[in-house]
Amino acid sequence: MHELSIVCNIVELVAEVAAGRMVRRVTVEIGKLSGVEPEAIAFCFPEVARGTPVEDATLDIREVDAEARCEICGADFPTPDMLSACPCGSRQFQRLRGEELNIKSIELEEAM
Amino acid sequence: MTNMQTGASAPIAAMDEHGHFHAHGEAAHGDHGHSHSHDEHHTHDHDRHHHDHDHDGRPHGQSNHHVEIEKRILAKNDAAAAKCRAWFAGREIVALNLVSSPGAGKTTLLERSIADLAMELSLFVIEGDQATSNDGARIRAAGAPVVQLNTGTGCHLDAEMIVQALAELRPTAGSVVFIENVGNLVCPALFDLGERAKAVIYSTAEGEDKPLKYPHMFRAAGIVILNKIDLLPHLDFSMERARENIRLVNPDAEIVEVSARTGAGTQVLYEWIRAQLASAKQSAPILA
Repeated sequence: MHELSIVCNIVELVAEVAAGRMVRRVTVEIGKLSGVEPEAIAFCFPEVARGTPVEDATLDIREVDAEARCEICGADFPTPDMLSACPCGSRQFQRLRGEELNIKSIELEEAM
Repeated sequence: MTNMQTGASAPIAAMDEHGHFHAHGEAAHGDHGHSHSHDEHHTHDHDRHHHDHDHDGRPHGQSNHHVEIEKRILAKNDAAAAKCRAWFAGREIVALNLVSSPGAGKTTLLERSIADLAMELSLFVIEGDQATSNDGARIRAAGAPVVQLNTGTGCHLDAEMIVQALAELRPTAGSVVFIENVGNLVCPALFDLGERAKAVIYSTAEGEDKPLKYPHMFRAAGIVILNKIDLLPHLDFSMERARENIRLVNPDAEIVEVSARTGAGTQVLYEWIRAQLASAKQSAPILA
């Protein structure tokens, strides 16, 4: 289950940025064709975060719909799965989005 | 990690121990690279808007501090992979990341390749398995220097493991480094190891629809090696349909048909490897 490694990477990166402050919220972006299951990410997160400055944070997962640009007809079209082809029939295309695996932002507790 | 030549064993260094080295700069400025298109700025604006006005019902003085990060989750792996890739390029080394289901014949294919090519090419192997050094021992017996990595419960190799394995293996300039990943068609797809290409080994016993069931891995492949063609007379396996299915998810992948057991078709694979070496030589960076 590679989602566990993904979550370890999220917690590690966020903890570095937080530099000791408590994290309230972590916003990540997961493309629908990234090969990562958001549910599995949400499942692992509390366990991995336990005992770190991230343990009380809410994990906000934003899924990104996949889109591609056809290299034959130039149209942009949705690619809901890995087998999607352009409506013109072409399979030659550039993926525009849908493979994201990014940490967008975090919210830190302000020092009082 | 075990160096199968010297027998020296060392734990694979825990990855989080490196974390503190890159506390500030990297985390903030990392790789705001090419992949961030204009549409992400919309998300930004939206983000800020959303968070500025949403204090989770707390009074103003206790509002949270919002920090934009915009970093790939796998940034650390990607950085280690980039390091490996540059190291390979400078030494005109071709690294191939071999991935497959368990039992598709990765190790047997390596044994065959070592036997056939050892007089002509310098071959090195990094063996990845959850447990045991059985495969490492097979490769060593076949005659190639090998470092065995055991991932424990881990389901894939990552680039930091490759950095450590290379320090131990010390492949020579102009060589081929085969990285035999953990047998798994899901997880290794996401982890760049700095390889020149991923080679998916796909055996005829697995059925024609494997590329459709594991599209991420087949999509990431530079070459698909259809193995166990010696079994074709005993199977209801249509090579034509298998090729069509590979094409559906990856129109650009090279496809070769081999039998690691009999050696049939392997010359085509070796030609492809030689072509990769020639190309690595051509494109090696030269410091003026």
